[in-house]
Amino acid sequence: MGRRFSWFNAVSITAGFAFLYLPILLLVIYSFNESRLVTVWAGFSTKWYVEMLRNQALLDAAWVTIRVALISATVATVLGTMAAIALVRFGRFRGRSLFSGMIYAPLVMPDVITGLSLLLLFVAIGFDRGFWTIVLAHITFSMCFVAVVVQSRLVTFDRSLEEAALDLGCPPLKTFFVITLPIIAPAVIAGWMLGFTLSLDDLVIASFTTGPGATTLPMKIYSQVRLGVTPEINAVCTVLIGLVTLGVITASLIEKRRALRGQARAH
Amino acid sequence: MSGGPDNGAAAPGGRAGRRGARWLVLAIPYLWLLVFFLVPFFIVLKISLSMTALAMPPYVPVFDLAKGIDNVVAGIRQFTTDNYVWLIEDALYVRAYLSSLWIAAVSTFLLLVVGYPIAYGMARAPRRWQAMLVMMVILPFWTSFLIRVYAWIGILKKEGLLNQMLLALGVIDDPLTILNTNTAVYIGIVYSYLPFMVLPLYAALERMDDTLLEAAADLGCPPVQAFWKITFPLSMPGVIAGCFLVFIPVTGEFVIPDLLGGSETLMIGKTLWAEFFANRDWPVSSAVAVVLLVILVVPIVLFQNQEAKRAEREGR
Amino acid sequence: MATKALGPMRRKFAPWDDPAARPFIEFRNVTKRFGDFTAIDNLSLIIYEREFFALLGPSGCGKTTLMRMVAGFEEPSAGQVLLDGQDLAGIPPYRRPSNMMFQSYALFPHMSVEANIAFGLRQARMPKGEIDARVEEMLNLVKLKPFARRRPDQLSGGQRQRVALARSLAKKPKVLLLDEPLGALDKKLREETQFELTDLQQTLGLTFIIVTHDQEEAMTMADRIAVMDHGRIEQIATPAEIYEQPASRYVADFIGDINILEGRVAAADSASIRMECGGAGTTVLAAPANSVAAGQTAWFAIRPEKVSIALAPPTEAAVNCVGGEVWDIGYLGDVSIYHVRLATGATIKSTVSNHTRMIERPITWDDKVWLSWTPDAGVVLTR
Repeated sequence: MGRRFSWFNAVSITAGFAFLYLPILLLVIYSFNESRLVTVWAGFSTKWYVEMLRNQALLDAAWVTIRVALISATVATVLGTMAAIALVRFGRFRGRSLFSGMIYAPLVMPDVITGLSLLLLFVAIGFDRGFWTIVLAHITFSMCFVAVVVQSRLVTFDRSLEEAALDLGCPPLKTFFVITLPIIAPAVIAGWMLGFTLSLDDLVIASFTTGPGATTLPMKIYSQVRLGVTPEINAVCTVLIGLVTLGVITASLIEKRRALRGQARAH
Repeated sequence: MSGGPDNGAAAPGGRAGRRGARWLVLAIPYLWLLVFFLVPFFIVLKISLSMTALAMPPYVPVFDLAKGIDNVVAGIRQFTTDNYVWLIEDALYVRAYLSSLWIAAVSTFLLLVVGYPIAYGMARAPRRWQAMLVMMVILPFWTSFLIRVYAWIGILKKEGLLNQMLLALGVIDDPLTILNTNTAVYIGIVYSYLPFMVLPLYAALERMDDTLLEAAADLGCPPVQAFWKITFPLSMPGVIAGCFLVFIPVTGEFVIPDLLGGSETLMIGKTLWAEFFANRDWPVSSAVAVVLLVILVVPIVLFQNQEAKRAEREGR
Repeated sequence: MATKALGPMRRKFAPWDDPAARPFIEFRNVTKRFGDFTAIDNLSLIIYEREFFALLGPSGCGKTTLMRMVAGFEEPSAGQVLLDGQDLAGIPPYRRPSNMMFQSYALFPHMSVEANIAFGLRQARMPKGEIDARVEEMLNLVKLKPFARRRPDQLSGGQRQRVALARSLAKKPKVLLLDEPLGALDKKLREETQFELTDLQQTLGLTFIIVTHDQEEAMTMADRIAVMDHGRIEQIATPAEIYEQPASRYVADFIGDINILEGRVAAADSASIRMECGGAGTTVLAAPANSVAAGQTAWFAIRPEKVSIALAPPTEAAVNCVGGEVWDIGYLGDVSIYHVRLATGATIKSTVSNHTRMIERPITWDDKVWLSWTPDAGVVLTR
């Protein structure tokens, strides 16, 4: 299509993206600042990265966070995909509106409510709080995001693909794994990544549901930020941003290569 | 012929085993959400009716089903509405609720004003650019929420970058106080929630047929009028979805008012946090949560209905 | 209407006229309900081995539901479906000896053409060497050898259609089900493929059931056609019978163009039927038909190409002749359709083949014309 940027659209997009990216960019720049004062530029230095690597508590917290995110995103992806299948494929079963309500409500539920209610549940059933209670809490809200992402792919899924597999002698469960799952895989992977980031990101729910010994990186960052901004936190944030950017770029490169390979085969 | 109701993932006429597998697909997430999402609300409700105690857990009564049903009944007799009376009598809480709703409403409006032109620009950009633009809106979302809020502290504080820049440019003579004010809270909310507003708006605008505007122009409608008469009404589903997606969580927001707001910033999420972590008053914080939930239940149900309907529509 | 090249074998093929012929697929009093909606209403039908059978009807008539019952995607609410004498009830689709070609083709987008064709064979756990040989054979059959390694989204519509066909034929099904197989192709390609499909069916000697809403498609390809409406079969017959001897006004109207005149039967015997058609203001003499009795209301149906049009009244009999004015002319190149308005206000269409390039005095608008037809040109319908 021969569309071009109009003047108005170009300005609004540029301004919008400047607003979105400038703060992050500044944060990255100042992580390389020599000075302890975050706002005064005193020359390039990587000393805050060295400092960060020496901070054992910070590294421990990062390790806890990554494990929580890996486990919770993976379980949430399985549960969320099941929920999406139930929502899209099971028609009108009894209790459907309650079910879809429980899928959609956590998407917008304020974290303080979710966190408090889960904590009170764990206390009521006498579950020792710590690493695993954070995992359970993160699974619960992540699975709803996964369910919504996968659902939106499943509703546009051509059912005759599954019927064709059945017709050619493939039993239903196998059909799901060799036909349905590979086709909806991009949505399932996106759901997993979303769950992983949400878990990595969460401060409030983790603060409520954690117990002794399980401090996540956001909790650590939060407590340090409350004490004042330090370039060390900037360094931690930069590393996190770098990792995420790397992940996203890798994912899109893999996708692009796959598309290119497909095209190459066509010609 | 597709007039019939849905017969499920597998064809009908299945064996009992397959029905069982089908049943599990629904039962496992259903049970999970019942246990970890629905039941906790009833526990919150129950504890909001309890009394504060210096114990662990810090409230009475504590039900112990092992001690028999009598224990539970006796416990229920001890229920009290004191916590709710407390919430009403102390003007602080009422003001915190009202202020939260006000801040959420203003932020939602600001987000719509900021987000719409961006979404519109994206939707009308050349096709080959669009995937990348969407990606660029989502990308900051992948970086930590906390980090993005934290980044603004460095910008907004008195000796921060914004003031330095404005002073250097000679726009102002004395540094502005922005950090720890409601202005900073609004900036933080608009910044953090922007993708949640832009993406549904973009989805609605992107689906719009270009020829509609050509038809409007052909029938004598000038572009600005065409926007208000054609584009905007057609983007309403996106507007509504975006507003819900922003308004509800912002009402209970904690991190942004806590880090960017000041003592004047009253938000109920902050109040609940303080009640729980500083005062260790579990029954009162439960009551705060219950009231917040009651306030938000209408928008949440509306949001849920709208999303369920949208999902069904897309299936067709 | 395109005509089919009838081979000598083909002409003899008529198991439905042979009382000893064994049913291959049989629907016995089948009913299918979706909630309150009855998709199939107490329907019985027999299809014979090696038959090319078409289910024809408008969308929502139940033809697809009927086919999906053979494939196993729907189970009847009542009644039985038998294949080769075996009741199919409770047999899931993946254990049925039928294969289906889907309207959307349903090609697996993440698999190559080869893998798509091999899919069914792999499910049957055929040895690898045999699979390769069979895939090769199928690729040659549909002339897609050079495209074996492509993915479906790198093929044209016609190529995809052939992959779908090859995939559904690879397992040598007892019966091949085709759901609107040509619906997504453009007109030229559709006509070519129609002949390819009939050739293929005869070469392979398989039973084909095709679902279509396109009457031309059904007429061109099928040995017999079942015309369906609202979950019932209106008529089952060969294409020629359906066209020349429709069983009802519905069938007559659905297949091709037709003039229908309502009237009262004045006399009926074994030699002829005389009908008073008040609407047309004329008396019609028609060939005899079963179960037509004097005094009842009936409809005289005649195809436009069987109505002659002339500027002068015919010299012979006064029956089956009516005068009128040319109201409209539809010029289609090969034929022209004349819409003639009678004195009563009714309109009768007459199709004239344009077999000469120029006519000395073409019939044109507002001409006073005479329409006539022979007694056996039309049929008397009672429903």
